Amino acid sequence: MKSNTLILHTAALFIMPLQLMFSVFLLFRGHDEPGGGFIGGLVAASAFVLYAFAFGAEPTRRILRVAPRDLLAAGLLFAIASTIPAFLAGQPMLTAHWWELPLPGGSYLKLSTPLIFDIGVYAAVLGTIMTFVINLMESDE
Amino acid sequence: MLLAVLSGFLLAIVAPALHRISGRYIGWVLAILPATLTAYFASLIPDVQANGSMVLEYAWLPGLGINLNFLVDGLSLVFALLISGIGTFILIYAGSYLAGHRYLARFFVIMLSFMASMLGLVLSDNLITLFVFWELTSITSYMLIGFNHEDMEARKCALQGLFVTVAGGLALMAGLVLLAIISGSYSLSEILASDLAIHEHAFYTAAVICILAGTFTKSAQVPFHFWLPNAMAAPTPVSAFLHSATMVKAGVYLMARLNPSLGEGELWSQALMLFGAATMFTGAYLAFSSTGIKKVLAYSTIMALGTLTMLIGVGTELALTAFICFLVAHSLYKGALFMIAGALDHETGTKDITLMGGLKKTMPVTAAIACLAALSLAGLPPLFGFIAKELLFESLLDSPLWSAGLTTAAVAAAVLIVGVAGLVAIKPFFGRVGNTPKTPHEAPLGMLVGPAVLSLTALVFGLAPFLPEGALLRSAVGAVNGSPVDTYLALWHGVNVPLILSVGSLVLGLSLLSSWNRLQPALFAINTSAARFGPETGYFRFMEGITVVAAWQTRVLQNGVLGLYLLLLVAVTFGLTGYTLLTHHGINLTLDLTDSHFYEWGIALLLIAAAVFASATHSRLGSVASMGVLGFGVALTFILFSAPDLGITQLLVETLTVILLVLVLFKLPEFVNLSSPFERYRDLAVATFAGVVMTLLILAALDVQYFESISSYYIENSAPLAYGRNIVNVILVDFRALDTLGEIFVLSLAALGVLSMIKLKAEDQHKP
Repeated sequence: MKSNTLILHTAALFIMPLQLMFSVFLLFRGHDEPGGGFIGGLVAASAFVLYAFAFGAEPTRRILRVAPRDLLAAGLLFAIASTIPAFLAGQPMLTAHWWELPLPGGSYLKLSTPLIFDIGVYAAVLGTIMTFVINLMESDE
Repeated sequence: MLLAVLSGFLLAIVAPALHRISGRYIGWVLAILPATLTAYFASLIPDVQANGSMVLEYAWLPGLGINLNFLVDGLSLVFALLISGIGTFILIYAGSYLAGHRYLARFFVIMLSFMASMLGLVLSDNLITLFVFWELTSITSYMLIGFNHEDMEARKCALQGLFVTVAGGLALMAGLVLLAIISGSYSLSEILASDLAIHEHAFYTAAVICILAGTFTKSAQVPFHFWLPNAMAAPTPVSAFLHSATMVKAGVYLMARLNPSLGEGELWSQALMLFGAATMFTGAYLAFSSTGIKKVLAYSTIMALGTLTMLIGVGTELALTAFICFLVAHSLYKGALFMIAGALDHETGTKDITLMGGLKKTMPVTAAIACLAALSLAGLPPLFGFIAKELLFESLLDSPLWSAGLTTAAVAAAVLIVGVAGLVAIKPFFGRVGNTPKTPHEAPLGMLVGPAVLSLTALVFGLAPFLPEGALLRSAVGAVNGSPVDTYLALWHGVNVPLILSVGSLVLGLSLLSSWNRLQPALFAINTSAARFGPETGYFRFMEGITVVAAWQTRVLQNGVLGLYLLLLVAVTFGLTGYTLLTHHGINLTLDLTDSHFYEWGIALLLIAAAVFASATHSRLGSVASMGVLGFGVALTFILFSAPDLGITQLLVETLTVILLVLVLFKLPEFVNLSSPFERYRDLAVATFAGVVMTLLILAALDVQYFESISSYYIENSAPLAYGRNIVNVILVDFRALDTLGEIFVLSLAALGVLSMIKLKAEDQHKP
């Protein structure tokens, strides 16, 4: 399935990068403002779905660079990896750890295991939806 | 002690590697472990003599009251010594018997695990631990019996053994739990030490029935005896081990172990006597009428198990002494005879006794050992079997209940067993030279060590019964009895009734044996026609019945009509919810609508309209689109009530759902109305019902608050504890991260499931 309208092609090329940037923005600000890994993942997925509608499944696979299935696995891996610091410290599973990295200009970068976990959720959600969409689209080609 | 029990499992892990290193001497190498264990258990004998019993404790799941406690007393030590002692020779024997077998390493892995489970079973003090080991022996013996897994028959027999013993195991678990409830403890040593009148408790009957269901199936008592001869599909070393000292004795062990606690009730002793005597006679008869050497031995094992069960049931001090002696004697001669049978099979190429004869010239050592073991089986002096048999007769004559009947059954069984002993020792080795498929020659050393040592042990015990008696048997009898017993074992008791009975059964047995060739065809015909009404036929009927029921309920419940699945799911869920709501809470219809705004009404109307349109339209696309409207309306509601995260998520999910549905819609065939009006009205009724229940549930939830809401905790602690101001996100990734972790795993699995469905479908279409 592939659309041949010029408007969709052009719009997709403009909107998709914006959506992707927005999804990453949502992911990182999620801990304090509306957003987070789940919503971010959904926005990113809709970006790729838009692209897939405009250009078809195969180009979407190319632009994703990794197989959707691997995205799933990567997501689970990130989520599991976020449990390691607590494990090493002998705390209950998934106890949060926070690190603050000083940045030039006096500000700090807040890094934490919940963030790693949220990245995992982001990737898992994106991977799930892309698995659905790409395979469904390919199945009738 | 912990190491002693678990070392078998540990060695099992490295057995394949050892096999690669040690090659054909693997049996000898692995046998070092059970030999060491035998020495270790023997070193505990002085302690047991001094203290009676001891409990060695290792915490395992202290929170649940389940500990790896080990109870060491006369009884468990006798069993442990038999298991590790006979196990030593079995491993040596197996290394030789199965030399060059493709799966030899796998065999040793299972065998060692089985041995370790067996040791755990007899040494456990905790009922739960005991049960775990009990089931482990069922599982490992399943793998051992079905070891020749390419053979359909072997697999079937293994499965039969597993079903029967595991079904019994289930009952046993219930029985053990009941016992623990009655006595208030899961510890065997505490149960045995308590002076509660267990047999007066209301649960006593139920507990006894459940426990006996477990032990009878395990120890192949009538009517569950049929799995044991079928288990002969296993390689001979397995049969030798399973049937002499281990698997089938597990049930006997448990009955002996619990005898002091449960033995005071009449139900216990009468059931044991009745089933034991029936089993004893059936086993002896079937042994005498079989022709395969392993079958003969298997049925004689059943006879021995029946005898042991009966002796526990009789329960006098004399009977319990006979029990322990018979147990030891049987383990020694049966282990030896099975290994001899395997050697015969190995060297002659057949299991059929009728084909063997005159082998004493070609296999003189085997013949000598076989005779020695068979003498013990027949209960002739000067072997230990004789002492056991004399005690058996003496205790039955002296039984407080049913003395005459039991003695008759035992004598009849003894007559038949003398015949059986002749079958396995005289028939193959003496007389006319038989016509065997392979030219026989003497068995290798590895296959002779075991039977030789076991038979000689039986001889030594027979000549000097005070040796094992003083060391262990007396305390073992005491353990089964519950209080110390004075035993006196001797080879020669003078001329008395038991001796006369022995001589009589010997004469009758030998005359039966001489006419065996003539009787055999007739017996075979009787057995074949009787088998149609036997318990094994019942077993097969039952298994067929299960298949039929499974097919029926799959047809009814899993018929592939998605609508029906949904209908059942919704009807059951909301039926139960509605019932609970009605009975526990009642219906509340009051709703305060005063502070509602007009736009809220607008959204509500939009939602209702979308829902009605979605279910009424004939256009699929229209239906999907109106479902989307419904979703957006819900998202709008979330945003109105200041839940932006939920609102955004809902919007995105709805969008993507519509896209996915549209993708699928293109592949569907033209819309056709397949359902009848009745079905549509039924679906409407269920849907309406679900909606009504849900509405009532929400109204009820507004009305009551059973617990203080946890949201205030999250609101207060989100920022200070989790450094985040977005509570929804903090809950997702921090407070309840484990839930989220589970959810993304489910999500991924769902994705993989959908992927495989799409791929399968695609492959189907590519097929011509």
